[in-house]
Amino acid sequence: MSSTAAGALSDVQPRDEDGLPAPSRTRRRRLFGIVVGVILTPVVCAAMWPVTFDSREELFEIPKGTWARRMAGEKREILPSEIHLLVGIRNVLMLKNSDDVPQIFGPTLLMPGQSLRIPFTRPSENYFACTAHASGQLIVVVEATPIWPWNRLSWRVRGMLRRLSGP
Amino acid sequence: MKKTLLVGALLLPLVVLETYFSLRRPPRAEDGLRSGTFEPPREAPAFSLDGSNGEKLSLRAYLGKVVIVEFGYTFCQEVCPITLAHLTEVYKKLGSAAREVQLIYVTVDPARDSPERLREHLAVYNPSFLGATGSPEELVAVQKAYGVVAKRVVSNYQAQGYAVDHSSSLYLVDRQGKLRGLVPFGTPADDIVHDLELLLRKGS
Repeated sequence: MSSTAAGALSDVQPRDEDGLPAPSRTRRRRLFGIVVGVILTPVVCAAMWPVTFDSREELFEIPKGTWARRMAGEKREILPSEIHLLVGIRNVLMLKNSDDVPQIFGPTLLMPGQSLRIPFTRPSENYFACTAHASGQLIVVVEATPIWPWNRLSWRVRGMLRRLSGP
Repeated sequence: MKKTLLVGALLLPLVVLETYFSLRRPPRAEDGLRSGTFEPPREAPAFSLDGSNGEKLSLRAYLGKVVIVEFGYTFCQEVCPITLAHLTEVYKKLGSAAREVQLIYVTVDPARDSPERLREHLAVYNPSFLGATGSPEELVAVQKAYGVVAKRVVSNYQAQGYAVDHSSSLYLVDRQGKLRGLVPFGTPADDIVHDLELLLRKGS
């Protein structure tokens, strides 16, 4: 009786080479669907989700006490050698000196409490002489607004790669 | 059928958002200067150098005019010719208002830029452009006051002997002598005209 029942069960549920029940085609499909969904969902979201920022200004600030800390031997980079902006949505470079002494910041000298606000309205690559960087240059890359899904996806991937590759 | 509806229901909000943000009007142009703006503006660092007009050239002498301060040198092959050509176009576009604007071209290469050489060089672009030179110490002090970088390097053009890597931005000084704007290299002539007209209006 039991051998007949086992035979009937093996007809219904195929087993793999270890004798364990093999996943059915439906389950495999479901699993495949989940895997594809897990991979595709962030990609689709990254492509479809609009690029927005809470402010159009990308702020870089020299904090109070920076000069004193530098004099004490502390090395701290405030301005990256390359800054990426987006026309129309993140297109203003804001440099602020909150320290107590004048500081060369990016392309110019800023007095204590002074800021320099540079808007960029066109896609461009802007090179500023800057002694703070080993290359002697600060590069401001202004990109076109990523309007279409592919542009957004590509912009997000490039941003992620830049963050991964370090400052 | 159910699956199609489910996928559709999931994608619909994304498509709606996508359409909304794609069709949204682009932001308005900036109301203030189109170039970099110093806030608060500070007194433009004063200088008194040898002018290409054969006289002492003092920044203070131009109070009441809008002054463009450019740092460069006459042997420059890559930056200055473009900027000076731009400024020539700017002056043309300003028309009669150009009389209220003065370009002062401060050399970063005093060894080669004599007042005479500066005069001849600038006259090619606009006879009203003024050059300024001085001792290396005087010029370094002016560069430092404006935050300008200038470094002698090996030239890509062998005949020149050497080149000078230098800051390429222009500085805008208003009629009251305040340092108001920093114009990045490559800013279109129309944007410079816009800023100069704004400063001319504000200070009149």
